[in-house]
Amino acid sequence: MRAVRITLWGGVGVALAGFLWLSLWHDRGPSGGSSSQDVATSFRPTFNLTDHRSNAVTVQSYQGKWLLVFFGFTNCPDICPTTLAELARVMERLGPDAGLVKPLFVSIDPERDRVETMAEYVSVFHPTIVGLTGTEAQIAEAARSFKAYYEKQPQESAPNGYTMGHTSAVYLISPEGVFVRTYGYGTPPGEITKDLQNRL
Amino acid sequence: MLRLLSQALLSIVFILSALPVSADSTRVGDLVIDSPWARASIGMSRPAAAYMTIRNEGTVSDALLAVSTPLSGMAEVHATSTKNGVMSMGPAGPVEIQGGGNVLLAPGGLHIMMMKLKKALIKGKTVEITLAFKRSGKVTVTAPIYGPGATRPE
Repeated sequence: MRAVRITLWGGVGVALAGFLWLSLWHDRGPSGGSSSQDVATSFRPTFNLTDHRSNAVTVQSYQGKWLLVFFGFTNCPDICPTTLAELARVMERLGPDAGLVKPLFVSIDPERDRVETMAEYVSVFHPTIVGLTGTEAQIAEAARSFKAYYEKQPQESAPNGYTMGHTSAVYLISPEGVFVRTYGYGTPPGEITKDLQNRL
Repeated sequence: MLRLLSQALLSIVFILSALPVSADSTRVGDLVIDSPWARASIGMSRPAAAYMTIRNEGTVSDALLAVSTPLSGMAEVHATSTKNGVMSMGPAGPVEIQGGGNVLLAPGGLHIMMMKLKKALIKGKTVEITLAFKRSGKVTVTAPIYGPGATRPE
């Protein structure tokens, strides 16, 4: 009985995610106007950040790989672990093709997310996920180039008195460094995997 | 499409609510708390989250007013909201559970945010979560702790 319940609730979860996607994401892209599917105006995002092993990296450091880029912060207990866990599942499902894909988790909370913090956090999810952080200016520049948005929100009860709002979509960047599309929050890992496999 | 989805959803929710209370359910008054679970924390300086479903089998609305756990110095129900693709979270305030209705606390939506951790939430252990309802009073549920990458009850 328990298995049936869990399966059914799983179905509800998937349906809800689909719902959210249809009702919220479908007609609103990362910058508010663009579609989540392939957009007509492609762009080349850039960044100058530090990875969780203390290496200075740019978008060129990952040239030749498909990038899955997600902006978030480690004090985020809900959306960020969920998305990172889903990206980990995508990497598992890709099997031998996983070497062609690199998931990047970019902190939009440089004040709390130092290199060591990022290392502790990303390693929990998947060995292939790279955590990136930098100075406030570097993060702001990276987000701008991805047309991603984030903001600090004062909140009395939160650690250090604030939380962060951020673009929750995962960006797909081609091996040539061109923005391809976003996957809205809650896109099932199987769907992302299939879409990637069609492109690899 | 949306209408079809919502009908399918409603019928599943309806079937689920008709199912008998299972082992991982806790009853208080007219409320049934189903499948509570928490995510392991990553260290102790970051907040952790817990999820569950609250069903109201009565006809009168109730509300979840406060939450607490022995592992956290502070806990609140938080809501994740999306505006133009930007997600943010904040205290949800009282969470109403209408008569005959249910409220799902699940990743990407409502969650119990455990802050100022006194102890880490370790995979394989459990956390006691005390829920205070407006009408039904207090109840404590035991939530298994799954891995930090869990996205649903396992």
